[in-house]
Amino acid sequence: MFAYLVKRLISGALVVTLVSIAIFLLFWFGPSSPAQTICDRETSNRCGDRIEIYEKTLGYNNPVHEEYLKWAKGVFVGRDIQIASTTYECDAPCLGVSYLTKQSVSEELASRLPATISVAVGGAFLYLLFGIPIGVAAARRRGTVADKALVSSFLFLSSIPYYLFALLTWLYLTVLWEAPFVSDTGYFPITENPAKWFGGMFLAWVALGIFGCTQYTRYTRGAMVEALSEDYIRTARAKGLREGTVVYKHGLRAALVPVVTIFGIDFGILLAGTIFTERIFDIDGIGFWSLQAVQQKDLPVVAATALFSAVLLIISNLIVDVIYSVLDPRVRLS
Amino acid sequence: MTTTPAQTRATEATYAEGEGPILAVEDLSVTFPTQDGPVTAVKGLSYTVEMGKTLGIVGESGSGKSVSSLAVLGLHDAKSSKITGSIRVAGTEVVGLSESRMRKLRGNAMSMIFQDALAALHPFYKIGDQLSEAYLVHHPSASKRDARRKAVEMLDRVGIPQPDRRVDDFPHQFSGGMRQRAMIAMGLVNDPSLLIADEPTTALDVTVQAQILDLLQDLQREFNSAVIIITHDLGVIAEMADDVLVMYAGRAVEYGTAKQILTTPEMPYTWGLLSSIPDVTASTDARLIPIPGNPPSLLSPPSGCSFHPRCAHTDKVPGDLCSTQLPDLTPASGVDHVKRCHLADPEMIYRTEILPEIAPDLVEENR
Repeated sequence: MFAYLVKRLISGALVVTLVSIAIFLLFWFGPSSPAQTICDRETSNRCGDRIEIYEKTLGYNNPVHEEYLKWAKGVFVGRDIQIASTTYECDAPCLGVSYLTKQSVSEELASRLPATISVAVGGAFLYLLFGIPIGVAAARRRGTVADKALVSSFLFLSSIPYYLFALLTWLYLTVLWEAPFVSDTGYFPITENPAKWFGGMFLAWVALGIFGCTQYTRYTRGAMVEALSEDYIRTARAKGLREGTVVYKHGLRAALVPVVTIFGIDFGILLAGTIFTERIFDIDGIGFWSLQAVQQKDLPVVAATALFSAVLLIISNLIVDVIYSVLDPRVRLS
Repeated sequence: MTTTPAQTRATEATYAEGEGPILAVEDLSVTFPTQDGPVTAVKGLSYTVEMGKTLGIVGESGSGKSVSSLAVLGLHDAKSSKITGSIRVAGTEVVGLSESRMRKLRGNAMSMIFQDALAALHPFYKIGDQLSEAYLVHHPSASKRDARRKAVEMLDRVGIPQPDRRVDDFPHQFSGGMRQRAMIAMGLVNDPSLLIADEPTTALDVTVQAQILDLLQDLQREFNSAVIIITHDLGVIAEMADDVLVMYAGRAVEYGTAKQILTTPEMPYTWGLLSSIPDVTASTDARLIPIPGNPPSLLSPPSGCSFHPRCAHTDKVPGDLCSTQLPDLTPASGVDHVKRCHLADPEMIYRTEILPEIAPDLVEENR
């Protein structure tokens, strides 16, 4: 188990390194010159010849591998970044400074993380809170009118594009109906005012949770239908166990394994930032931030958020594999 | 339908501990509604099992062997099946019994051993926990430690080595034979009066099969329980059964003692089953004769005798009786031996036509 974890962590680190190289090269050889962008911005579009100063200080005259190593070193020990005549201090883990705010990207990332975590935890909680019980109920009534109505209405719901669904939720509840308490969406630190935090997050959770729970209902229903048709369920009934024990202790226990696997990956994706949710409900998290960065050509931020998603996916995959081995005794990690 | 005097006596008698049959099935029918129409998997089935005796139920896949036994345990979903007739377990009528009362009998007064122990044991729970669970559900006042001790004791009884250690293993850590032993231990943990073993040896290799059958016989002697063994292997029947019920297309087609069924069968389907057993000790001249055709569809069963499309002896019955009229279960030559066949003189046909084919040396000896 321990050896397995070490092996996975090493291979994960390798993947992160490769991803960081890929992202770095994309920007280096990409069509949009960061130097041009930042020069235009700082000289109010009268850049002209001053582009050379920017290119030189940003390191675009040096070989690409030297600059990558400089960047990589900065991640571990921090570095000073010079843009034109100003030098910015960037502490480890340094992912560069934002061209827009001149703040350390990693510090900004950390400051936006609580908002994104709030969205992700609440939304994911609703995935499971609604998805699993409804899926179990549907599986137990498989083939009945209630089951068919539920499955088809959930299929309809999940066929709506998510941005439209979230936008309509926001439009109706905050603008048209002006629902009390939850209309003022956005992120307010939980440490300052928990009630306001809850109210601000509520609609984002509802939109994300209801939309996502339709998928979890389908996964759970499918896994549960399969589990309930297994021989060991018949054995459990033949023992004289109560129907609830048969369904939950024996059926759901087996059905949860695939659901947990999908959930782990989904949660990793949510933590990497929910662009539509954060944009529509005005939550200043990582998703919203990465969208702004793309629009403003703030390349260090785009690179950092891309790398952050990659790291989260790798970690969530690892966690899923470990949980899987805990849930299913037949799986041994080696 | 006709029942034998023994059956009538048995089913009319009220049950008292130690006398009368532990299980009396009478005129049992099980029907499943499907999209293509109702499928009657078991039709008018009657049999009895006494304490300490073993009934073998034989038949091909789809003949209703398992369906009828699952009905005894009340394991058919009430919404998707219709059960009529009477099943009395230790004097209690279980057809139409409430689910909560049925649950008290299941795994307690009667229990079942399933075919494929790997699939029938829960892969995520330890063997010991699965045994304890079966014990605790019928002994609510017992502590977890009692249940664990009981689980170890049962594993020891069925011949699992180092049971105090293996009790914490998961099913996949057991070998096939050990899993079936654990399954048997689970079936017997509450000392049931009736044990139904649904093809308990089918998934095992031959040497392990013999061990499991020996174990079942030992345990039956020790616990004095009634056993129903469902199989399509007449070798198992010969070793285990006191009485034999041969089923075809949901109906009993022959019912008698094991000796009667194995030595003087009177129904062509039973002949077919006997002809298709490979026997290593038989003369090399003996032929292995399969039953032609396939089991009939239960959606549209054949008219008359269900077996007539596959029967080689319909020409010996006058007219088209076989294809138009369902034969009743009528007394055969032996005592309490019944068969469902129109043949007037089956004994003669068996001796002159069937026996020389399957066991020529036996015919020689008798001469």
